Amino acid sequence: MVTFHGTTLPSRLMLGTAQYPSPSVLAEAFRRSGAGVATVSVRREAAGGEAGAFWDLVRELGVRLLPNTAGCHSSREAVTTARMARELFGTNWIKLEVIGHADTLQPDPWGLVEAARELCADGFEVFPYTTEDLVLAEKLLDAGCEVLMPWGAPIGTGLGLANRYGLRSLRAQFPDVPMVVDAGLGRPSQAAEAMEMGFDAVLLNTAVARAEDPAAMAEGFARAVEAGRLGYEAGAMEPRDMAAPSTPLIGKAFLA
Amino acid sequence: MKIMVNGTAREVAADTLAEALVALGHGGETVATALNEAFVPAGARARTPLSPGDRIEIVAPRQGG
Repeated sequence: MVTFHGTTLPSRLMLGTAQYPSPSVLAEAFRRSGAGVATVSVRREAAGGEAGAFWDLVRELGVRLLPNTAGCHSSREAVTTARMARELFGTNWIKLEVIGHADTLQPDPWGLVEAARELCADGFEVFPYTTEDLVLAEKLLDAGCEVLMPWGAPIGTGLGLANRYGLRSLRAQFPDVPMVVDAGLGRPSQAAEAMEMGFDAVLLNTAVARAEDPAAMAEGFARAVEAGRLGYEAGAMEPRDMAAPSTPLIGKAFLA
Repeated sequence: MKIMVNGTAREVAADTLAEALVALGHGGETVATALNEAFVPAGARARTPLSPGDRIEIVAPRQGG
């Protein structure tokens, strides 16, 4: 169990809803993932469009919704998108994305802080998609954020944890802030690693949706997240350079 | 009058944003709206007048990561 903004979730895995081969595969992936949160977006709608079917599907998942501001490149655009999402989905939760770089989809730190401040003041519960930058983290917390969502690697790359040192520092600097590693995870082992580092949850989409068997991959991630969390809670041993026999030497038969 | 709807020029017979939504076929749908890049809550659409050249955005729930 993990709590964000006062809401306790049944799982430390959050899953996106985009890029699945079909709605039924999406639903099956969610069922096997056990995810407690689904990310969603708002997009332009033509009259008689496809949104109604998707909205029905998402409601049937029975999970908490986390709308995003994906694709927004300015704080103003992100704030307006967040307000539209709040009305559509009926939640104060918002995954705040303010993109600053076209190739890496890296967040724009200045726009992100500006939008976070405005949305927090407006009653939103903000999940800011951020880098592992410590100063930016501090500014986001000052702006009113109570949760941070550092990237593992650029969105959609599947590279895993690109800056382990930076993520470890971030976790260590703000031990009491709930943090979700969001984006860049490609394999269950990478999710397990993030959880072993003490992050509270992971959020991913492409790794599951674009797997050959999305539902099986969803379950793979679910198990990895649980394993990684247990590893963190159990307190891992310190690595060492020299071998140390695990079987006792005392009592060994003298046969040389 | 001519207004921009989701980036496309449309001729719409409507005095308010609420009337425009009905005229554009969104009357019964779950959508959110913005007028000239500012969010307009559903409850304010009927008292939001439109002028020629206004830019409206109509959005709905969609897949996201």
